[in-house]
Amino acid sequence: MSGNALGEQMSCSELVELVTDYLEGRMAGAEAEVFEAHMGLCPPCLHYLDQMRATMEALGRIPEESLPDGARETILHAFAERHPD
Amino acid sequence: MEGSRIEDAELVEALRAGDQAAFTALVDELTPALMRMALAHVPSRAIAEEVVQDTWLAVINGIDRFEGRSALRTWIFQILLNKARTRGKREKRTLPFSSFRRRAEEGGDEPAVDADRFQGRDGQRPGWWARPPAEWEGVEARIENNEVRDLLLKAIAELPPRQRDVIVLRDLQGYSSEEARNVLDLSETNQRVLLHRARSKVRAALEEHFEADQAVGATV
Repeated sequence: MSGNALGEQMSCSELVELVTDYLEGRMAGAEAEVFEAHMGLCPPCLHYLDQMRATMEALGRIPEESLPDGARETILHAFAERHPD
Repeated sequence: MEGSRIEDAELVEALRAGDQAAFTALVDELTPALMRMALAHVPSRAIAEEVVQDTWLAVINGIDRFEGRSALRTWIFQILLNKARTRGKREKRTLPFSSFRRRAEEGGDEPAVDADRFQGRDGQRPGWWARPPAEWEGVEARIENNEVRDLLLKAIAELPPRQRDVIVLRDLQGYSSEEARNVLDLSETNQRVLLHRARSKVRAALEEHFEADQAVGATV
């Protein structure tokens, strides 16, 4: 089967529901082939996949959160208190 | 954070024996993720800090009674989530937990992309794009700014709680799918469905923002 015919087996509205399965490596080989063939003939779907990747990338750049030092000390102190040597 | 039971058993023993180094390492390992989770459920940083601190105090007081029926880290996250949800609910009314709500939280049949973005049955190619997504040019630089960061946090805050928890662990904290589903006690499929719904909505929020940006740029 030609790449086009293979890619035609999946519509764009189906593809967007499978993006996470694809990115998580949870797609059966045959389905992944159709998925990739579709992207080969549909630039908007390729943009969509890039957008999902960019979204993940953006989320990963949100700075880490932490407790203020005082609160951390309080917690560590509470543990030590409970277990006096 | 593999959370294997053998590792767990050793760690629990160390904590019970008062091993300060083991406790400190655990606090430093989990606190950033616990803070993020708390922040996603309560309205202020001060309350989130309180919730995380209370969680650790509950761990200290409860470790002797921990029975090991779940992984240690799962147990700690469940304590945090219970406290955060209780505090979050005081601030706003939420629906009672029900199978309906559970379904709604998982996203039920809600599509990743609005149905009207695709051609209908009468279209030339039903199910193919009617209003296709554009290429995000220079996205690397665009996602660096604070405005985008605030928008992402707002989009996360608006997600149903279980979607929120999954995306926070996976995409903000960088947990693997196995780590996230252990900590939240979810099946593999459930975890993936929740992540899919969450990421799809955050992507849509970003797209809306970038499109508005471009529209403004075009009219200036």
